[in-house]
Amino acid sequence: MTMETESRPAGLPRLNEPAPAFEAVTTHGTLTLADFEGRWLILFSHPADFTPVCTTEFLAFAEIFPQLQERGTDLLGLSIDSVYSHIAWVRNIEEKTGVRIPFPVIADLNKEVATSYGMLMPGESKTETSRCVFFIDPNGVLRAMIYYPLSLGRNMAEILRVIDALQTADKHGVATPANWKPGDRVIVPAPNTQELAEERMKAGYECTDWYLCKKDV
Amino acid sequence: MACVNPDGTITASAKAILTALGSATTAEQVASLAGLPLFRVRSALRELLGAGLAVLEDGGYRLTDEGRRRA
Repeated sequence: MTMETESRPAGLPRLNEPAPAFEAVTTHGTLTLADFEGRWLILFSHPADFTPVCTTEFLAFAEIFPQLQERGTDLLGLSIDSVYSHIAWVRNIEEKTGVRIPFPVIADLNKEVATSYGMLMPGESKTETSRCVFFIDPNGVLRAMIYYPLSLGRNMAEILRVIDALQTADKHGVATPANWKPGDRVIVPAPNTQELAEERMKAGYECTDWYLCKKDV
Repeated sequence: MACVNPDGTITASAKAILTALGSATTAEQVASLAGLPLFRVRSALRELLGAGLAVLEDGGYRLTDEGRRRA
């Protein structure tokens, strides 16, 4: 074992590496990570069924579901509850609010998926997954992840923004600045030679200096 | 199983997939014809293969005689 692997936190996934493979029982049958190949996937965990913050989040995820579908993105929930608990909860949500939960939810009773994705934060809870969000691209590569504590419900606008930013970056070979939203200018990657830096300044971009140039896409 | 009920009957989504398999050979085509998410079709196709209702040949899916009978 190398020094690098020794210092690596156990079970935590890394950006730009293949997302950990899984085969899991869900409310839509047994699903594997490979079943989502060719589309973007947002895998998210919640602490427990029949809890207040999680219920507001499920309603919010259901609300943005059509927008995610427009972006070629599937949604997959997870918690350490049984599939029967999940079924009862999503039926209860529909009965009480009229909102149908359209995405599958993993029943990760043996914590296998939660452990491989580093969803368990023992400092918070040893039995519940934290509020984690993993953005996995159509090739199965983990592209972004956000971790929230148990007490903090997630911001759906940020989740949509991350998907938009990743897809824009892939499509145009650009980066996105702070607080970027669709329609804003994007950042042209910084030139890595003196010649390119000089050419950059003449390229017609909006440049603060040679290393910070923006353009429309 | 999500496709086959305990009494041996098949679910509505499995029936839609079997029907689509009458004219489609890939998971993508089946998903489009059946109006189901691709991930769900891929999962169901695994089950239908296991249940002997479909086979995978030359990279394409097709119904078995039993699958055709149940479609």
